[in-house]
Amino acid sequence: MAENVRPRVKAPRKASAGEEVTIKTLISHPMESGQRKDADGNTIPRSIIHRFTCEFNGEMVVDVAMEPAISTNPYFEFEAVVPEAGDFKFTWYDDDGSVYEETSSVALA
Amino acid sequence: MTLTRRNVMVMGAGAFVAFGLPMSASAAAEDAIAEFTGGADMGSEGVTLTAPEIAENGNTVPIEIDAPGAEAVMILAMGNPTPGVAEFKFGPLAASQSASTRIRLAGTQDVVAVARMKDGSFAKASSNVKVTIGGCGG
Repeated sequence: MAENVRPRVKAPRKASAGEEVTIKTLISHPMESGQRKDADGNTIPRSIIHRFTCEFNGEMVVDVAMEPAISTNPYFEFEAVVPEAGDFKFTWYDDDGSVYEETSSVALA
Repeated sequence: MTLTRRNVMVMGAGAFVAFGLPMSASAAAEDAIAEFTGGADMGSEGVTLTAPEIAENGNTVPIEIDAPGAEAVMILAMGNPTPGVAEFKFGPLAASQSASTRIRLAGTQDVVAVARMKDGSFAKASSNVKVTIGGCGG
């Protein structure tokens, strides 16, 4: 498991029904591409987060398949509709099998 | 080294290998596009790719896609060792089919976005990015 993996999410706490909100997510992760070499010339093995999903009350907002060309500390910004009060659930899937989760609740304004 | 017939043949073969590698990388990109579209024709309208003209650091290049009415968007970096970058699938609760992220680019190259629309058609947008320092740690 990669060390010090910390997800951060910026989503509104209140929204009116049907409102379109902007969500920003960032997760600290080295995203080792598998292309780099260490000081001895050995290839450093690939270790990345290969999938990110955002759901609201179980309905998909966005599902991203990621390749090694995504930068260190993967950042995503996108827009979602809030039809009712509920929870955004963010999930990151690591190459090593770890799953990082974060939730953010939205109340109706 | 004297310029014998044998040496010329060896140099010729070496040159072929050196120039053949970048060709195979872009061929991989073409294959990835063909797999995504199933060989269908791509229009040029309907998808926008926003990328900087010049990126000083290839390790973090901010890009933005916007494809109203798309259900999936694939992003490719044509000059990277592996051309795939990401594939966005937009669900029923996506307010707009747009997203932004940060990507790695190995050098100056074209970045391509291919969108699959809900009606099954495809659209393609491409943007050239000049990279001062490549992002492959080589």
